[in-house]
Amino acid sequence: MNDVLDVALRLLVVFVVFLTFPLIVGQTEHKVMAHMQGRLGPMYAGGFHGWAQLIADGVKFAQKEDVVPAGADRRIFQLAPAVALLPYLLVLLAIPIGPGEGAVGQVLDAGVFFVLAVMGVGVLGSLMAGWASANKFSLLGGLRTAAQLLAYELPMLLTAASVAMAAGTVSLVGILDAFEWWWLPWQITGALVFFIAGLAELQRPPFDMPVADSEIIFGAYTEYTGLRFALFLLAEYAGIVVLCGLTTVLFLGGWHGPWGADGLGWVWTLLKTAILAFVVIWLRVTYPRLREDQLQKLSWTLLVPLSLAQIALTGVVKVVIQ
Amino acid sequence: MTPAAAAGTAAHATTTAAAEAQGFLSPTGVEIAFLLVGLVTFGAALITVTTRQLVHAALWLVVALGGLAVEYLLLTAEFIAWVQVLIYVGSVVVLLLFGLMLTRAPIGRSPDADSGNRWVALTVAVAAAAALVWVVVDAFRTTWIDLDGAPAGSTEVTGASLFQHWVLPFEALSVLLLAALVGAIVLSRKAKAATSAAAPSAPGGTDTRRDTEGAR
Repeated sequence: MNDVLDVALRLLVVFVVFLTFPLIVGQTEHKVMAHMQGRLGPMYAGGFHGWAQLIADGVKFAQKEDVVPAGADRRIFQLAPAVALLPYLLVLLAIPIGPGEGAVGQVLDAGVFFVLAVMGVGVLGSLMAGWASANKFSLLGGLRTAAQLLAYELPMLLTAASVAMAAGTVSLVGILDAFEWWWLPWQITGALVFFIAGLAELQRPPFDMPVADSEIIFGAYTEYTGLRFALFLLAEYAGIVVLCGLTTVLFLGGWHGPWGADGLGWVWTLLKTAILAFVVIWLRVTYPRLREDQLQKLSWTLLVPLSLAQIALTGVVKVVIQ
Repeated sequence: MTPAAAAGTAAHATTTAAAEAQGFLSPTGVEIAFLLVGLVTFGAALITVTTRQLVHAALWLVVALGGLAVEYLLLTAEFIAWVQVLIYVGSVVVLLLFGLMLTRAPIGRSPDADSGNRWVALTVAVAAAAALVWVVVDAFRTTWIDLDGAPAGSTEVTGASLFQHWVLPFEALSVLLLAALVGAIVLSRKAKAATSAAAPSAPGGTDTRRDTEGAR
């Protein structure tokens, strides 16, 4: 009975994190973007600085009519948002936020492979949406999504493999246990490549070619309305939380900090994740969108060679210190 | 590719049935789950090769490959299971869908989705399935996985056996992949030269380049 309770509690905590953190990131994005652009952002909903704006948005989305285009492939059109959203919920289960086995939803033997594999599945949701909408813009968005995923999956995998080589394990908990502070300069190239490739996989600006609104309206999500559209948006913000959490765990040492790693390790994890989420928002406000050929070129001529160099460096250092 | 996948799943389903018949009167929960997932995988594979809707076939392939990953998990091979999801569901199916969308992916039935090779394909699939079932049953006749002990398929065990006992096949495979890579580059270069000779600004050049990138 105690085991059942334990599992239920862990699932509940992960679910609550999954529901609240993306909203917090979304609200932060509203406010940070507004202030960076010299305006105030939402100010009225909820009273204090418009804190309830996203809840109001959610209520609005829930009230809207759920339209399926006449020419669409009905079942796949309706299934796509779930396929896009659920993988991120599963990934959250495997991310440790503190030391020990008590601070992770589920300890996995091959955690790195699990998170990367399941994150890759989420892109199928965009592809399904793009195809099933029976809309040229949606199909173009789906195509761009697929091309982007194929290009950026490789550097992401290679840099994660570099960390796994350094730690001598592919378990996320094991990687954190093996972490030393000097891994930070050692793996810094890998960290940058991983973060950039992750941004591209989430289709966040400056890599938002698949949803470029001035060219193809909203890419694969053009035909979606109401709650299903909200689910796609939620998937994007859950993706930000997952990517920042993963970068923290793999490259920034997770719960390790200059002091207080024993009791307050989870604060370090959350702090680093929050800072990275801020950087994601900052990049969106700062850089213009990359063109499709620039996007492919960046991955194949810069990120892939850099990640290979990182792997070579990791191997050399690993052999030398042994 | 799809007949091979179907054959593989057929092999899985049948070995489960054999183990079931040979096993105990009260099968464990894991065995029942294995059998049920095997049936689902087999069904999805059958629909993959019989459906007339091209994109549906690719999506049913996702179900079949995901079912195989679950089977690996039930056999305690966690690492292999996640790699299966990463490579096949995450990359191969995405590449397949990409190819379908680039060429022809109508909503609804494709009248030309059925080839005349139906019976030949069935024969090849059945022959491949029979060969695989025979090999697997012959190799693992009385092998049972001890679920209570240390996991037999953990990353550490897999890595150790791969790089201690199977290094030579592993290296041979990587040479094979390298050859495929070089071949893909050579083919795309030729196609690009041909298209640029015919029409300087033809989009075919970019397409072939993308295909090569996918093949990497």
